[in-house]
Amino acid sequence: MTDTQSQSQSQSQPVPAAAKAPINPALAPTPSARKDTLLYLDGVSRSFDGFKAINELSFVLAMGEMRAIIGPNGAGKTTMMDIITGKTRPDKGDVFFMGDIDLTKHDEPTIAQMGIGRKFQKPTVFETQTVADNLLLSLKGERRGIPALFYRDNRKDRRTIDGILDKIRLGHRRDELAAYLSHGQKQWLEIGMLLAQDPKLLLVDEPVAGMTDAETEETARLLREIAVDHSVVVVEHDMGFVRDLGVKVTCLHEGHVLSEGSLDHVSSDPQVVEVYLGR
Amino acid sequence: MLFTRFLAGGLKSPVIIGALVVILAIGVIVPVLNLAVAPGSAFHIPDHMVPLFGKYLCYAMAALALDLVWGYCGILSLGHGAFFALGGYAMGMHLMREIGDRGVYGNAVLPDFMVFLNWKELPWFWHGFDSFVFACIMVAAAPGILAFVFGWFAFRSRVTGVYLSIITQAMTYALLLAFFRNDMGFGGNNGLTDFKDVLGFDLQSGRVRSTLFFLTAFFLALNLLIAAAIVGSKYGKILRAVRDAEPRTRFLGYRPDKIKLFAWTVSAIMAGVAGALYVPQVGIINPGEFAPANSIEMVVWTAVGGRGTLVGPIGGAILVNAAKSWFTGVLPEYWLFALGALFIFTTLYLPDGVAGLIRKMVGKARSKPRGKDEETEAPAADAPAGAAE
Repeated sequence: MTDTQSQSQSQSQPVPAAAKAPINPALAPTPSARKDTLLYLDGVSRSFDGFKAINELSFVLAMGEMRAIIGPNGAGKTTMMDIITGKTRPDKGDVFFMGDIDLTKHDEPTIAQMGIGRKFQKPTVFETQTVADNLLLSLKGERRGIPALFYRDNRKDRRTIDGILDKIRLGHRRDELAAYLSHGQKQWLEIGMLLAQDPKLLLVDEPVAGMTDAETEETARLLREIAVDHSVVVVEHDMGFVRDLGVKVTCLHEGHVLSEGSLDHVSSDPQVVEVYLGR
Repeated sequence: MLFTRFLAGGLKSPVIIGALVVILAIGVIVPVLNLAVAPGSAFHIPDHMVPLFGKYLCYAMAALALDLVWGYCGILSLGHGAFFALGGYAMGMHLMREIGDRGVYGNAVLPDFMVFLNWKELPWFWHGFDSFVFACIMVAAAPGILAFVFGWFAFRSRVTGVYLSIITQAMTYALLLAFFRNDMGFGGNNGLTDFKDVLGFDLQSGRVRSTLFFLTAFFLALNLLIAAAIVGSKYGKILRAVRDAEPRTRFLGYRPDKIKLFAWTVSAIMAGVAGALYVPQVGIINPGEFAPANSIEMVVWTAVGGRGTLVGPIGGAILVNAAKSWFTGVLPEYWLFALGALFIFTTLYLPDGVAGLIRKMVGKARSKPRGKDEETEAPAADAPAGAAE
C-alpha cells in the first residue's frame, strides 16, 4: 500500500532531472511538461541478457508532431517501438501516452485500441485475404469476436476503405489477394492499414527499406499527407528519405538519444559523425 | 432475427448450398431405400447398412468440427476425439437410464455395471441424466466447458503450433486413462452398452434407426451451415488473420486468445453432437473412443478431404471410412498400412486434399480461378456401398 503510494507520488511530483541522471540533461524532459505531450519516455532502460538495448532513453513527442528517428544498427530503435506498443516491458523508466496513460501497464491489444498503430519493418499483411479485407480488419472500432459474427457490410465502411485505397494508390487491386502485391505495395497496404486504424500515433518502422527510388518518393508523399492530421514517428536508415520528410530528427545510439534537431543540425553534430563514420 | 441473418450468411457459396442439398437428400434417400423398397430389390439398403452410413456421417461431422479449428484457425488438434467421446458419454448415460429395470440384474435404480461393482447408490453426476433434455444439454456442455477451460489457459499462455497439438493429445490420453478406471463411475473399460430405447422407442427397430440416420444428416447439414456462416463472416476473416499472423493481429487491437477460444469451443460442441448421434447408432461407448489414434484418424480424414474447405473434410471422412469398412472386410491386417500410406501420399502430393484437387481441375476447366476459399465441388456424395463391417 505504502509502496504504491510512494510510487504515485514520485510520478506526480516533479523530480529534478539530474536525479534520474539522463545522459544529456539538456534533452531530458521534466515531468511537469508531460501533460501536453503525446508520447513521453523518461529514463527508460531495458537490457537483454546484460546487453543494454535501451539505456536511460528520454524522448518526447508533441501532439501532432512528426519525427524521424535515425541511428546505426543496434541503436535500440526497434526495442523502443516494442516498449511503446507493449510488446516489451522496460526494466525501469516512465512511458506515458497522452500525458497520463502509463503504457508499461498495458498489453499490445489495449495499447493498439488506445490509439497507437504500428507498421513493422518487414511488411506483414494478411496474405490470404484481399486488399480490401486487410483494410476492413484494420478499421477502427469493434475488436471483439462475437459481434464480428453479425457484422454487416455497410456503405460507411466501404467508403472509408475506398478512400484509403485511393490514398495508398491500390484502388485497382481492391479485390486481389494481398499476397499478389509487390513488396512496395505491401508496405503501402500496411500504411493503409494504419490509416484504417485511425490511431493518434503512428509508429512506422523502415517504410522504404527495399523500395525503388520512385516508390520511396511516393512513400514520403504519403507520410507527409498522413502527418497533416496524425502524429507520426518514422524510423529510417535512408537519409535521402528523411530529408524528403523535412521534420525534426532524433539520432539514437547505444540505446540513448545522441542528438536531436533538424537533419542539418544532427548530421553536423560531431558525435553523430563519429558514430556513423568514426570507426 | 439476428441469428437467422447470421445463418443466411453461410449460404453465400454455391458449393455450400450444393453440399447442404446433397447431405439432406442422403438423409432422406437412405431411409427410404431401407424401409420402402422391398428387400429383394437391387436398390434396397439392408438394415445393418443404415447405422453404418450413420456412423460415417457422425465422423464427417467430427471432421467438419476439426476443420473449423485446423483449417481456419491453425490449431492442429490431436484431441478432438475427446470432445466426440464426451458427447457420446453424455448421450450414453441417458440411454443407460432408459434401460431401467431391464438390465441383467434387474435393478431399477443402478445400471448393471454399478450393481456388479457393489455400489449402493447412484453417483451424484448421474443424476439428471434420466431427462433426455438434460442429457442433450450435457452433450453440448461437457465438451464445450472442457474446451473453454482448456482453451482459456492454452491460448492465454500463447501456446501454439506443435506444443498445442501435443497438449491436446495429452488431454485426450488423460481422459482415456481416467475413463478406464472403474471407480470413475462411467463403466470402466466396458463403457456403456446394452441400450434398449431412446425416448421410449426401440433402438433396434427400423424406423428408429432411419430416424436417427435422418437426424444425423440434418445435424451435419446444420453444422455445415453454422461453420460456413462463421467462416464467411467478418469474424471468419479475423480468424484467418489470426491463423496467418497472430502477433500482427495484436497490434491491430485484437485479442487472438479470445478469437480462437470461440471457434475452438464451437468446434468442440460440434464434435460432441457428432458423438451423441454416434452412440445410439453404434450401440456402445467405451474409453477406446478417447484413444489418441482416433483423434489422429480425424486429422487424416480432414487432410485427405482438404482442410480449410469445410466440404472437403466431410467427403474425406466418408471416403476414408468407407475404404476402412471395405479394407477391414477384405484385408484386415493391412488397413493401418493403407491409412498411413494415404496420409503420406496426401501430405506429399495433395496438400489441399481431394477438395483442393477438384478445385484445381475445375479452375483449369474454367481457365480462370476465382481464388475463393469455398470453391470446391461437393465430393463423395454417394458413399460407396461396398461392404459390411
